[in-house]
Amino acid sequence: MTLTPSTAPPVTAGKPAAAGAGQRVQSAVVTYGFIFVTVALFAFFSLTEPTFRDSATLLDTLRYVSVAAILGLGVTLTLAVGGMDMSVGAVAGLGVTVAAKTMVIYNQVGAVAVLAVIAAGALVGLVNALLIVVLKVPDMLATLGTLFVIQGLKLILVDGQSISPGMTLDDGTTAPGRFTEGFLSIDRGTVAGVPISVVIFAGLTLAAWIFLSRTRWGRVLYAIGSNPEATRLAGVRVGAYRTLAYVLSGVLASVGGLILASRIGQGDVSAGTSQLLEAVAVALVGTSVLGRGKPNVWGTALGAVLIGVITTGLTIKGLPYYTQDVVEGAVLILALVFSFTLSRGNRR
Amino acid sequence: MSPTDPAPGAGPGAEAGAGTGAEAAAAPPAVSLREVSMAFGGKPVLTSVSLDIAPGSVVALLGANGAGKSTLIKILSGVHAGHGGRVLVGGEPAALPSPAAAHALGIRTVHQRIGEGVVPGLSVAENLVFEELARRGRNPFLSTRHLLARAREIQDTLGLGWSTEVLRRDVAELGISDQQLLILARALSTRPRLLILDEPTSALSAAEATRLFAIVERMRADGIAVLYVSHRLGEIDSLADRLVVLRDGRLTEDLPRPFDWDRALRAMLAQPQAAATARPTDGRRGGAVALSLRGVPLLPGRLPQDLDLREGEVTGVVGLLGAGKTELARGLFGAEPFRTGELELDGEPYRPRRPADAIRRGVHLVPEDRHADALIPGWSVARNISLPFLSSLSLAGLVRRGQEAELGRRTIDGLGVVTRDEHSPVEELSGGNQQKVVVGRWLAERPRVLVLDEPFRGVDIGARRDIGCRARALAADGSAVLVLSADVDEVLEVADRVVVLADGEIRLDAYGADAERDRVIQAISASV
Repeated sequence: MTLTPSTAPPVTAGKPAAAGAGQRVQSAVVTYGFIFVTVALFAFFSLTEPTFRDSATLLDTLRYVSVAAILGLGVTLTLAVGGMDMSVGAVAGLGVTVAAKTMVIYNQVGAVAVLAVIAAGALVGLVNALLIVVLKVPDMLATLGTLFVIQGLKLILVDGQSISPGMTLDDGTTAPGRFTEGFLSIDRGTVAGVPISVVIFAGLTLAAWIFLSRTRWGRVLYAIGSNPEATRLAGVRVGAYRTLAYVLSGVLASVGGLILASRIGQGDVSAGTSQLLEAVAVALVGTSVLGRGKPNVWGTALGAVLIGVITTGLTIKGLPYYTQDVVEGAVLILALVFSFTLSRGNRR
Repeated sequence: MSPTDPAPGAGPGAEAGAGTGAEAAAAPPAVSLREVSMAFGGKPVLTSVSLDIAPGSVVALLGANGAGKSTLIKILSGVHAGHGGRVLVGGEPAALPSPAAAHALGIRTVHQRIGEGVVPGLSVAENLVFEELARRGRNPFLSTRHLLARAREIQDTLGLGWSTEVLRRDVAELGISDQQLLILARALSTRPRLLILDEPTSALSAAEATRLFAIVERMRADGIAVLYVSHRLGEIDSLADRLVVLRDGRLTEDLPRPFDWDRALRAMLAQPQAAATARPTDGRRGGAVALSLRGVPLLPGRLPQDLDLREGEVTGVVGLLGAGKTELARGLFGAEPFRTGELELDGEPYRPRRPADAIRRGVHLVPEDRHADALIPGWSVARNISLPFLSSLSLAGLVRRGQEAELGRRTIDGLGVVTRDEHSPVEELSGGNQQKVVVGRWLAERPRVLVLDEPFRGVDIGARRDIGCRARALAADGSAVLVLSADVDEVLEVADRVVVLADGEIRLDAYGADAERDRVIQAISASV
């Protein structure tokens, strides 16, 4: 309830513009509601919590959401073709394990680990595409299946243990390698004060937006999501494009895995588990952020920032970490109400 | 029974409250509309429409696309609440806030899209009894015996005589015409006051349509009022008692039998136009063979067929539903490749395995169902037009949106598409204009062979003429054009050469005077 005074000025400031027709107010709410809520919450936390105002906190928030956001971009691509990729969290987790194994056990440099992780992500994407495009398994079920297989595969790869530098191997020797400095700097390093993971997040968001909204390939992906048969009859090789979406989703998820591995600094076998729901939530929140009712890149990025602002803010406010899921879930439900109830009424 | 009807001069239903038994002989109209209006977003769609439909009469409703026919039907079937004016049912003021309310008042609608009226996965019997199953207060436990018994009762209203074996089948296994009969039987079993038939023959063959007409005659005899919406003038001529014409949301004509068609068509269209009988073609014979088929069976188990499509002419294929018409169109385009036989395009072997192959060789298809197979919903007109040839509008993958908009404007101007501008969402356009968009998209790169499957379905006469002219201009420019339709007159209107297809085989292939209407119809009917 303390929220009311601090948000009152922006509300009245926004109203006169849309005062005329109630419909226009609703349309404005649908289009800018989420951005407004994000800004309002940000203002509220900034005003009430001095630590929140700190630019380091803001960058930390962005760093925190970058993994879920990048995974969400992949989910957005698959949503665009009318599909869904449930396996992104598992792919990120697989990335952590592959990175650890490559560097710690096989004693390779960071660049090799990066390539191995991305190759693994692309491979999972291809398997998903094989199941969905060629074998016609429904997308949600197919990727749920690969999710389980990857979780298991990941454990087999490391005999069920987390890999950490200096660990003792089965033959009694010590693991030869370690996480290289370069690799660790993915999450810990900065460029002009901005964490590299945030730079990657921003860069991939921009690239994904250009790809989906400005290129013919992105256009075709959306066409497939709206009417696949009409798209096929317009001369598009629909299967190839759906494959592309799942492979890109796998690659993006593996980039999320790289950041996660760099953040953890060891091959934690449980890494990535919590990212799945966050990534899906972010992409779904994204469909409603700009009131478009369809998957879009800016929406996904903003959705991730919104969730980050809320969790960071509430953490600073002293809410225990275990309440986060409830808050994130509530945001997701609110977003879905925006997408399906308000914007549909608006469209008539 | 309310004696409060405040419109004493409004019509025969006005004396409903007078209470004089002697007047009861003049039965009130089954349904009356009084000054009914409707607007969407400030734009009037229906303006002050008044209409009485008497019990036992068939009133035909004619109108171009966008004239307000669908809105009128939706008001009567309770889909659009919040209209202006009044609706009287049996002389009593009635409210139609929901489809359930319309059902309760005895107004039933059989929609053009038959597939939307049945539930696939349920049996024929369950579909027949469906509305009763959903009724509140019904015993929730199902007995197969009762279900079948009730289904038989319902099918008897139309004398369908389906066996128990048929009743147990999945409804999706029924043909489209049988599904329509099922929906009709279900509607009629409730003894409706008014039955609205929206383009009921659009998916039927001639024989199936004849069966439907017999049913309409019986409804008339049973005292059911029928509102019959159709583009097919011949059907209206033989069935209707009255003809009303809707244009731009107003009722412009109300004609008794015999119908003055010239007047009706003038009322329907903005400018006077000849009824679609004059044949604009000179029976021109085309030049070199562009596309040839050798030994291609169009339907499984039928004889292989040969056909040559020549440049410089419009070849019209007439074929009823199931004649192999759509199979021919989709095979040529690689949408459903032919299994056997040889195809040649300009003397080179041509084996399209997917639409992309056909498009690369310059063979384009305007598919039969524009909603399912052509349009991307939610997209603008310009984007719908540019979809097949996006790569030529792109630089390094980036779509050049200025060029895309220009292509959209060019297409809009070239075909006379009625739209605010190229950025309007395509679903805001009327059916005829949507069809122009679909045709226009394939003209962005000159086709060698353009195949149009049922290009005039659900298209008003103005748009039909524009599309026909464009097809002829394309042929005159040296392309080969193939128009396929179940409507003889549509084909005669546009084609230089007429091919009759029946049961997967070519029954007639004739030019000019040899392709007279009677001969074409004879060729079709000889195979029925």
